[in-house]
Amino acid sequence: MDMAVQKSFTQDVTEAAAAKAVKIAARDVNVHYGDKHALKHVTVDVPDKGVMAFIGPSGCGKSTFLRCINRMNDTIPGCRVSGKIEIDKADIYDPSLDVVQLRARVGMVFQKPNPFPKSVFENVAYGPRIHGLANSKAELEQVVVTSLRRAGLFEEVKDRLADPGTGLSGGQQQRLCIARAIAVDPEVILMDEPCSALDPIATAKIEELMSELTERYTIVIVTHSMQQAARVSQRTAFFHLGNLVEEGPTEVIFNNPKEQRTQDYITGRFG
Amino acid sequence: MAVTALPTMGPRAKPSTSEIVKSGIRRRYAAERRFRLYGILAVLFGLTFLVILFANIIARGYTSFLQSSFRLEVFLDPAVIDPSGAREENTLLMADYGSLAAEALMKALKLDPKSRPDERAVTGLLSQNADTEIRNYVLRNPSEIGKSVSLWVLAHANADSVMKNAFDRTVPEARRKVSDRQLALLDRAKAEGILQLRFNTGLFTYGASSQPETAGVGVALVGSFFMMMTVLLLAVPLGVMAAVYLQEFAGRNRLTDLIEVNINNLAAVPSIVFGILGLAIFINLFGLPRSASLVGGLVLALMTLPTVIIATRAAIGAVPPSIREAALGVGASKMQAVTHHVLPLAFPGILTGTIIGVAKALGETAPLLMIGMVAFVVEIPTTPLEPATALPVQIYMWATAAERGFVERTSGATIVLLVFLAVMNLIAVILRRRFERRW
Repeated sequence: MDMAVQKSFTQDVTEAAAAKAVKIAARDVNVHYGDKHALKHVTVDVPDKGVMAFIGPSGCGKSTFLRCINRMNDTIPGCRVSGKIEIDKADIYDPSLDVVQLRARVGMVFQKPNPFPKSVFENVAYGPRIHGLANSKAELEQVVVTSLRRAGLFEEVKDRLADPGTGLSGGQQQRLCIARAIAVDPEVILMDEPCSALDPIATAKIEELMSELTERYTIVIVTHSMQQAARVSQRTAFFHLGNLVEEGPTEVIFNNPKEQRTQDYITGRFG
Repeated sequence: MAVTALPTMGPRAKPSTSEIVKSGIRRRYAAERRFRLYGILAVLFGLTFLVILFANIIARGYTSFLQSSFRLEVFLDPAVIDPSGAREENTLLMADYGSLAAEALMKALKLDPKSRPDERAVTGLLSQNADTEIRNYVLRNPSEIGKSVSLWVLAHANADSVMKNAFDRTVPEARRKVSDRQLALLDRAKAEGILQLRFNTGLFTYGASSQPETAGVGVALVGSFFMMMTVLLLAVPLGVMAAVYLQEFAGRNRLTDLIEVNINNLAAVPSIVFGILGLAIFINLFGLPRSASLVGGLVLALMTLPTVIIATRAAIGAVPPSIREAALGVGASKMQAVTHHVLPLAFPGILTGTIIGVAKALGETAPLLMIGMVAFVVEIPTTPLEPATALPVQIYMWATAAERGFVERTSGATIVLLVFLAVMNLIAVILRRRFERRW
């Protein structure tokens, strides 16, 4: 392959990403669990509207970092976060910022589908209801239907809105959780290995859904599957032992990584 | 495979894995069968004792639900009740109704009304309460004076024993409580249908009494009910709040560890200690009345509190963390996550723990002895501040009495208590089934 062409291609992509507005900016983020230094000096930019993937072996800190972005780490006893994370140039660890408000802007989808043991409708309606986003019952129904449509679930569950959400299949449950997250119309959606508990068909549906959602939302996904990262993301960050080893456009990370450790991981030499 | 193939060891030096497994398999299955047998024996052992216990209590106690009464045509003689005819309440209260009952029974048995020995014998067959029963009837219906009315009048406890075939007639008359003449009269009354065993409503409505036939668990039932309400109103909200705070909001530090250890210790404190505490604090310090069911309820609430806290914490802890994360993830506040999701899911567990805690409190005797709930209370209390007893205390008090009537009442009250507790446990199971949700 022509080295010069490859280089200019890389440069183009990098510049394109840089030109795009930065949604989340992390500067020198450190996380400690008690005495354990779980995340070390992470500095990374997540561009607006698009999918950014965090990859790396188990225990590398990628989920920890993801959970910093909506401050879910606050709920873990003994967890300390230092450094700075900004969303739209506003520090999310600023004491004046309300964590409830933050989580309304930064939705989250978890590894294991975790619908509430309530009806499909109630699952999606819960967020808008507690934030008071809908003024009337009709409006709430509208929000629920729209969210289910966007999550690609509406056609499958339209006759079962009153049935328990826990009665759906695994893939449907995960899409229900995505619908629940987008019902409050967040700006960022964090996905923590959303497909690790799903079969390939359900996984394909979720991945398809992600690419549709990028039109409206910034998505950050943590995944164990490098193929998934390559398929869905525009940018990829590789974490190892709490360090952010390398970050860049997905094509570059997978085809032409700068770091030896990235190369080794991607080619399957460890992890 | 390398090992078995070693030529120096010979073909039979090392048996194959499957041969080794085969040689031991019989022993393994035998051990498994033995283990199952031990389990079955343990269950049977427990069940046998349970059956013996229940059979014993029911066999001794079922007769207490029946009580002998005479059906009498009582002539409400104006000359005896109200000679002046003024219908003054005091006159009506003081009249000699006992003689009316005796007279009616003598007439029913066709005895000579003038015969003194017969009158004595007949009076001994009637309960001392016969007097009160007729008086109450007259006070309710003063217009009936001068007429003959048909009334059921309680028989004496000794007559009741004869009716229930619990009386040894072979004992010499001088050492018997019922004379030969009385026995003959009873047999006749029974044969003529004047004396009958009827359902003993008095068991549930009377309070303490020195006569077995008018002793009941009424006061104890009301006292137990007041105490149960006090426990429910105090221990449940306090316990659930404390548990929710400790489990969901409090940080983990030395102080909360200390609190946790102490709550677990409190659950193991002997109940009599709570009784002493109640005596010292509620009665001596706060000056609440002795023997009051409110004080009993307070003491039992203190005793139940650790149980409720521990059960609630366990139930909350069993709610998967993913549900909390899901709620927090869409922007619910901590309190919303707890009240909207965690508590509803923990509800069946909280309920079961609470009902079992309250049931345990209802069966408690020792602390109630300390605060004076062993009193002889005749009047059924209408407020929790009035003296009362409790079911288990009533059982304890009757168990120390010698008369045959009290012996059967001891078992009868035990049956009532057991039914009460069984019903509560049944409610716990039903509610649990109803509210249980899968996730």
